Amino acid sequence: MSGANGTALLEVENLEVRYPVPRGLSGAVLRQPHSFVHAVSGVSFTVRRGEMVALVGESGCGKTTTAHAILRLVEPDAGAVLFDGIDVTTLPHRELRRLRRRMQIIYQDPYESLDPRFRVEATVAEPLTVHRIGTRHERHNAVERALEQVGLSPPGLFSERFPHELSGGQRQRVAIAASLVLEPDLLVADEPVSMLDVSVRAGILAILDELRDRGLAVLMITHDLSTAARFADRICVMYLGRIVEEGPALEVIGNPQHPYTKALLSVVPRRDPRQRVTAQILRGETPNPIVIPSGCRFHPRCPIAIDECLISDPDLRGPAGASSAPHRAACLLAGR
Amino acid sequence: MSAAEPARAELQVPLGSRLRRGLAGSVLANRQALVGLAIIGLFVVVALLGPVLIEGDPQAKVGAVFEPPSRRHLLGTDGGGSDMVKLLVSGARVSLLVGFAAAAVSAAIGGTVGLLSGFFGGKTDIALMRVTDYFLVIPDIPLMIVVAALFGRSLTNIILIIGAIYWTSTARLVRAQTKSVRERVYVQRARALGAGNTRLIVRHVLPQVTPLLIANTVLLIAYSIFAETFITFLGLGDPSVISWGRLIENAFTDDAILNDAWWAIVPPGLAVTIVVLACTMTGQAMEDSLNPRLRSGHLSVRRFRMRPALFGSDAE
Amino acid sequence: MSRALLEVEDLHVWFDLPNRRELHAVQGVSLSVDAGARIGLVGESGCGKTTTILALMGLLPPTASVCGRVFLEGEDILASGERTVAPHRWKDIAMVFQGAMNAFNPVRRIGDQIAEPMELHGTADGADATARVRELLDVVGIAPARAKSFPHELSGGMRQRAAIAMALATSPKVLLADEPTTALDVMVQAQILELLTGLSRELGLALVFVTHDLPVVAQTCTEAAVMYAGKIVEKGPTDTLYHAPRHPYTRLLFGATPDLESRDEVVSIPGVPPRLDAPITGCPFRPRCDSAFAPCESLAPELVSVGDGHAASCHLTAVVSQTIGAP
Repeated sequence: MSGANGTALLEVENLEVRYPVPRGLSGAVLRQPHSFVHAVSGVSFTVRRGEMVALVGESGCGKTTTAHAILRLVEPDAGAVLFDGIDVTTLPHRELRRLRRRMQIIYQDPYESLDPRFRVEATVAEPLTVHRIGTRHERHNAVERALEQVGLSPPGLFSERFPHELSGGQRQRVAIAASLVLEPDLLVADEPVSMLDVSVRAGILAILDELRDRGLAVLMITHDLSTAARFADRICVMYLGRIVEEGPALEVIGNPQHPYTKALLSVVPRRDPRQRVTAQILRGETPNPIVIPSGCRFHPRCPIAIDECLISDPDLRGPAGASSAPHRAACLLAGR
Repeated sequence: MSAAEPARAELQVPLGSRLRRGLAGSVLANRQALVGLAIIGLFVVVALLGPVLIEGDPQAKVGAVFEPPSRRHLLGTDGGGSDMVKLLVSGARVSLLVGFAAAAVSAAIGGTVGLLSGFFGGKTDIALMRVTDYFLVIPDIPLMIVVAALFGRSLTNIILIIGAIYWTSTARLVRAQTKSVRERVYVQRARALGAGNTRLIVRHVLPQVTPLLIANTVLLIAYSIFAETFITFLGLGDPSVISWGRLIENAFTDDAILNDAWWAIVPPGLAVTIVVLACTMTGQAMEDSLNPRLRSGHLSVRRFRMRPALFGSDAE
Repeated sequence: MSRALLEVEDLHVWFDLPNRRELHAVQGVSLSVDAGARIGLVGESGCGKTTTILALMGLLPPTASVCGRVFLEGEDILASGERTVAPHRWKDIAMVFQGAMNAFNPVRRIGDQIAEPMELHGTADGADATARVRELLDVVGIAPARAKSFPHELSGGMRQRAAIAMALATSPKVLLADEPTTALDVMVQAQILELLTGLSRELGLALVFVTHDLPVVAQTCTEAAVMYAGKIVEKGPTDTLYHAPRHPYTRLLFGATPDLESRDEVVSIPGVPPRLDAPITGCPFRPRCDSAFAPCESLAPELVSVGDGHAASCHLTAVVSQTIGAP
């Protein structure tokens, strides 16, 4: 598994995304102040070429919104997204369109992400058609190469098919092929296998693995810690719009520092029935990101919260408070 | 490594087959729709062949006033002594023409408004829906009377009036469908790729909206034919052409009822009814097939059948 | 011979297809569940696991035909189809559905909906029902005052708990759970699994847990049955299934599941499951099997015992038994 040697391709700095909550008629009449869903509140991380970073967390933690904001499918409210040094958030639309060619997204639902009326060839060639790249012949060849890359071989067997003639795994491969024709530098995979059968997931993940080995930067959004542990180089654990822990995958899994990470890892079921881990089941559910708890966001559910946690909101810090260590956690008690 | 593993194994469905029936497929499979189409087809053929089948001017006086049906005049004569059959056939041309044309106008206006409104949302949507609401509120008959009075009673005007009244329901339908399709993941994906609005609308949204639009248009034909009949009956129709509505109007002004001349009123009324019914049948069948949720068969759960044991009785 | 609480014998389910064809969705499934036992029914999409448990409650559409016997406390509830199943449905045997969170009527309060099965079966009504509802909410971990809430006022996890409460309303003996935690976050999943395990221990509830998630079954159930193409291909204690599987599909399925504790290679199983609308010769798993040999092509294997409470349907078991000397 390569990765740590590549140059930084994507640098996200203090990203914030908020959605206003509709006030309704009575709210507007009574001039109630707007409240916001703080989907992403200050997220920073880096993805290098040849590295797979997993953004992990439960629903509502802001991981998908972060991914969409990076691609500017959603407008960020603050912060910067530097792609190869260029700030995506302030780019005018024409240049954004050109830059978009270098970052592609793969969606979660293979049954919905392909136009049912397009044959595979048309879907995979669409990025080229949209950007007017290549002649018909060149596009055809690019499609064939992409289909081969994702294991749909021989390509001729698949290019004339409609999505409903393919299985879920095959459809997802087509979606990946479509994202490869433009030869992007960054691939954002949003829960790429969660809607597929277990027996086909590994094949899809192996494709992403191989792409990463060839130098692509991959940002994988997932709620499945086991998958992240196995395939990612680095893991960022998100909670309520923030990254609460980040570091090399093996370290985050093997030596978690944040109580949320520890609790999550303890409740992930293991394959081996003999491996019984004492589950640290947190009470309640992730609160609504409209009303964020004071101090540390996690303190209401934290098993080890101390008084200080209600007041101060810790940054990501490594051992001995170092802010630039590779493995960091946003917890006052980390490393003690 | 398993990435390069060929994923060919078994492809689910043979090449070229369509799992979900397109509009054509579902129409052909639905008896109701087939019957409806057949009836419409019959009338269209008769209307088109009209001038060939009829010799001379259908309005020529060929018999006595209000002659009852006989071998010479199968449906008798009207208040002017003209043969009812000839009048009916020639009237079909205009009625059907107005029906189809007005439906086309409605579909065009409604489809465009709905598409733009649903796709762009926001202020465009609000503005267009306001306009739609205004049109919905306008009472159709007074509008027809006013326009006829102002702009004259020509066939074109009739077509435009009818088209201008009925597009609102189409607009609503198309808007709803467009909004739903716009949110589909593959449209989002195409947008994320960099596809412009034109491409998104034409290549991704329109193909999903068109079948519903067609189904709705067929229903519009029914409304339009009826509307034409109605307008003409009120005396607002084009005086220079014959249509079924005119036949009914003439029958009234010529006191057909007082003369017990049912053959002057019933045939044109029946013709309108049958065509409207046929269009409704076809249109409804199309809409039903496009909207699988409308089928409620799944609600009748728990009527599964038991089969006898496969291999004789078990030894207990 | 005394029967277990729930015994399924040779269950078959067919669905009518156009052109007089049939889909043989469940092909001779047999299960035995004791009171207080938690048995997992594992498999991927299309294997027939959901259809199997729907059949146990007679919740099949008119296009279905069923053959086989389902003994609930010794009585064959499928003997006359709907007629014999209906009295037991949601009284002795209840179900928590996939997406149960969305199976509530949005305009009725939770409490009323939980009370509904009681009223329908006449086990309690009025004040009794209300008291029982509060009791049930407490058991599943929802504050009893929430009985007055509407479904949209509860979070996803709480709605799932409410769905479990609704299933428990008439104190059933068997609870069928169809992917109850699939759509939930891992922490909420842990809460629900803890609840279900507790219920089975404290109330002696027999739990049949249908899921595609092997690790969940490994941690929650003591036994499991693995289904493929409408048949059970292996069943036994979960421990044995993981450590000594005797069917290649079981082994490969575990091998395709990533695990936190292991850095082993995770490998897909190539190919797709077979179509069930035509008879299959030989073993249905053969096209995807990594250990297929001569008899697999033409002879369908039977489910045979390979150990204590452990059975598998694979020709290899005969080979191994011969060489090792089967127990």
